[in-house]
Amino acid sequence: MNAWLAHHWHSLRIAAQRFLDTPLATLFTVLVIGVAVALPTGLYLLLENLDQAAGGVKPQAEITLFLKAEVSEADGKALSSTLSKQVDVAGVRFVSKSDGVHKLESAGLADIAAGLAENPLPHTLIVTPKDTDPGALEALGTRLQSQKGVERVVMDSEWIKRLSALMALGQDLVFTLSAMLGLALAAITANTIRLQIYAQKDEIEVARLIGATDRFIRRPFLYFGAIQGLAGGAAGWLLVAVGHQAISGSVAKVVAAYGADFVISGLAPNDLAMLLGLSAALGWLGAYFAVGQALRSSESF
Amino acid sequence: MIELAGVTKRYPGGHEALSDVSLVIEQGELVFLTGHSGAGKSTLLKLIGALERPTTGHVTVNGQNVGRMKRPALPFFRRNIGLIFQDHKLLYDRSVFDNVLLPLHIQGMTGNDAAKRVRAALDKVGLLKKEKSRPITLSGGEQQRLCIARAIVSRPALVLADEPTANLDDAYARDIMDTFRAFHEVGVTLVISTHDQELIHRYGGRNVQLAYGKLQA
Repeated sequence: MNAWLAHHWHSLRIAAQRFLDTPLATLFTVLVIGVAVALPTGLYLLLENLDQAAGGVKPQAEITLFLKAEVSEADGKALSSTLSKQVDVAGVRFVSKSDGVHKLESAGLADIAAGLAENPLPHTLIVTPKDTDPGALEALGTRLQSQKGVERVVMDSEWIKRLSALMALGQDLVFTLSAMLGLALAAITANTIRLQIYAQKDEIEVARLIGATDRFIRRPFLYFGAIQGLAGGAAGWLLVAVGHQAISGSVAKVVAAYGADFVISGLAPNDLAMLLGLSAALGWLGAYFAVGQALRSSESF
Repeated sequence: MIELAGVTKRYPGGHEALSDVSLVIEQGELVFLTGHSGAGKSTLLKLIGALERPTTGHVTVNGQNVGRMKRPALPFFRRNIGLIFQDHKLLYDRSVFDNVLLPLHIQGMTGNDAAKRVRAALDKVGLLKKEKSRPITLSGGEQQRLCIARAIVSRPALVLADEPTANLDDAYARDIMDTFRAFHEVGVTLVISTHDQELIHRYGGRNVQLAYGKLQA
């Protein structure tokens, strides 16, 4: 156990030493990995922020129920309280005929309201759903339509559907980009490891001849791959942080121009941990394949 | 300890390095493999050391069938054998001490125990004072002795040496042979290939002669 730990420690030191031996090459590789990592991470952050910005608007999604003309105010209020008890309904507001006219008047349409012989407006219920997911909205809308006394249901859910579809598209984009650039990260690592294996050819051959296992030979390279991936991930995070800093000023101006209150957020600690962990794992994986391939092809026995 | 039965080794391209060789080497024997260059001496050593597999026939070392050995078992088999190469195969990017430490390190031995063993091995070949030097600064004979130190540091019961005295002047060659003799006296089995007949006359031991891949009577 002690020897095992000692060897891990030794492998780690060898890997670190190899970094220090070729600082410039290492720096460039880390930068390339950093850019590869920064692209999907930046896009992810953009989406997160969009989602957050949109989140402030979403709860305003409402379903308007126009009641039939023959429904009395009392029946309308009763329906309102029944609906408000349903699990997927956050709240119901009852707007009576006369309230409706007042609203028209206060909206600057007093002339029109005054020109009407009698109040043509029906009683109206405005339902705020709990769940703004398009599917859930649709289901709720259909159910409300079948309620007794309901003339027509107007749902303002089209824009939610569009936004949600766009978000899904963005998420797919992040996923695809991450997968492709993750592959690139592993490939870049595999390539640097291949060069290293070439440089360490003699050592590998001798170690093998005197009884080194594949694992023993592989270990320093795996550490190197993982450290390089980790460093690349950190570089990617740094690039994203710099980008974040660079655009936050102009974002603040745009936000201010719209009179909104919104600050773009950086990468959350758990996202950062995942980013670093994933980069390290991909580096390790690239190294594993490169060394495995080299070990197989150099085997004469 | 070592048994070859009807062993033939054919390399890709059709060259037959060994043809139908049968040979038994007992534990503790000192065996010289002789023959012209290209007679198959190195091939025979490689087959015993599990560096290559026989094309046909069986090679058995310590009761293990070398030709059928699975890849993961190979490193552990090789740890019981001290290999001395004609071209030394030293690592020039580290000190004499670290070169000898490598086999112990591979076997998971570290710290003071390992350092003691390394110094004991270096002492045996007379290189103790050069432990901090780089192998490239050593003479040919010293490099060969360093290779021997690395081969014996893990105290193998079997040492295989491929032309250990080639390209060395007589005094160095004698030094190295004396070292081998000392191992022989403590019970190590030694198989040494050489084309130096005089050496064999001087040191005795058993002579196994090869010519064109065949054993000569």
